[in-house]
Amino acid sequence: MARFGKPAEGSWTRHYPELGTGPVSFDDSISPAFYELEREAIFRRAWLYVGRLEQLPRNGSYFTKELPGLRSSLIVSRDLDGRVRAFHNVCRHRGNKLVWEGTPRQETCGNGRRFVCKYHGWRYGLDGACTYVHQEDQFFDLRKEELGLAPVHCQTWAGFVFVNLAPEPRQPLRDYLGTMVGAVEGYPFDRMTERYSFRAENDSNWKVFSDAFQEYYHVPPLHTHQLGPTPEAQNPEYEFEAPHYQVDGPHRMVSTSGTHKHTWPREHLYPAEALTRSGNTGPWDAPDLGGTLPGVNPSGIGRWGIDNFQVFPNLEILIYERGWYVTYRYWPTSHNTHVFEGDLHFVPARNARERLAHEYAALTFKEYGLQDCGTLDGTQMGLEQGVFRDFPLNDQEILVRHFHRTVGDWVDAYAREQAR
Amino acid sequence: MSAALLPPAFAPLESYAATWCLATEPERWAQRLRSSMEAMRTFYDAFFPRAEEAIAYCERFPLDDMPADAERLLQLLHSLLMVSYAVEVWKQPQVINSGSARIDRIREPRP
Repeated sequence: MARFGKPAEGSWTRHYPELGTGPVSFDDSISPAFYELEREAIFRRAWLYVGRLEQLPRNGSYFTKELPGLRSSLIVSRDLDGRVRAFHNVCRHRGNKLVWEGTPRQETCGNGRRFVCKYHGWRYGLDGACTYVHQEDQFFDLRKEELGLAPVHCQTWAGFVFVNLAPEPRQPLRDYLGTMVGAVEGYPFDRMTERYSFRAENDSNWKVFSDAFQEYYHVPPLHTHQLGPTPEAQNPEYEFEAPHYQVDGPHRMVSTSGTHKHTWPREHLYPAEALTRSGNTGPWDAPDLGGTLPGVNPSGIGRWGIDNFQVFPNLEILIYERGWYVTYRYWPTSHNTHVFEGDLHFVPARNARERLAHEYAALTFKEYGLQDCGTLDGTQMGLEQGVFRDFPLNDQEILVRHFHRTVGDWVDAYAREQAR
Repeated sequence: MSAALLPPAFAPLESYAATWCLATEPERWAQRLRSSMEAMRTFYDAFFPRAEEAIAYCERFPLDDMPADAERLLQLLHSLLMVSYAVEVWKQPQVINSGSARIDRIREPRP
């Protein structure tokens, strides 16, 4: 029984007829050869989110970003003129990883006027120019001005810093993001500077993992405990349905109708939810963000809960009705492993009560996220058994359908170009 | 008796302080996984009825300038929330159906 209206075509999926309604193959998630193609066709061509502008608070600020699976480490800096730039994190002299602290395997951040290679002491400005070569007179025909860091295309949108590893990106970032994602540009992301960051190494294909966060059909059966503390509430047959789906080019979004737990009677809540006034949809007491928020809740849902934007290929931005947002990133490291990064962003807590509300939301994220991680390892195992080659998807799973189709389109386009 | 870790008003909770006053989520998570349900239920039952009072106490101070004993009380509240998932939701230290998965919290605001 549909709980919300559907488009005139009778379903969200038929509203986008190019998607079809037939079963979908997940061969793209179990094939080492497809993984190699994806890296080139998608991850070396698309705009990739690497960090927030708040991570570069001053001229001279920088952070490093590992791109797992792409054998790539980047330096993202705000140079002394205030311009945000990105470089490959590699010294031009002998190829040493340039910026790291303690161990080259970990990301770092800081503030300064130059980067100094630990190996032989070469120095670079924050604009990437080589400024000092140790014992320069020992070299042969060295032209320092030609030995700067290798730049990477870097553009920002709404405070999100993106890079593009292509020699020449096909579109500027804003054009790439399109109108649907672009509409939330004015959302006050920059006020939500309090960040909780999570990292997981999962034994599943990056798309298998991402698929779980593009639909809410799985929530009542897998996250039964989320429904409430009582046996009556924990009904795996509870029918959740999202009221709005939208696709725009390679990007997708779904809006949910909120659970609005702040309106629930106490007996339907876990004691810690009632204590902290917080939980899986965030702190109940929203910060005052002032006025109307541009771009959110595009279909005007009365009990709006979350806008979940999936920015192709591997970024998800979840904007919550209670005035906070989350980003997910999925970095493939093989055909059946990936690194997951989750970041929760809040307007900074002003006191211990607000801190604990944020803490409980952050705890909740991890508790239920672990159920997804565990289960999706099982999905990968099931797919790799190869028993079934195509899978039925319902209307609530339209974005899964769109995602795999988009991945396939990009890989096909790349393969055709290579064949020419 | 060694010096009190918590504000005097919360002296009855001193016996939990050495174990559960932990500054970071990775420490609290590890402590939950190595604790018995019995130990966590005892801590939860002793502290939860006074949790609102403890929050009100901590709330009086700015987060970036808390007396050491109040900061430890706030850490104890963080641990209470950590333990609450085991006690209220899963009835076991581990998340149900999480397999061998781990999610590491690698950055968080302090305190």
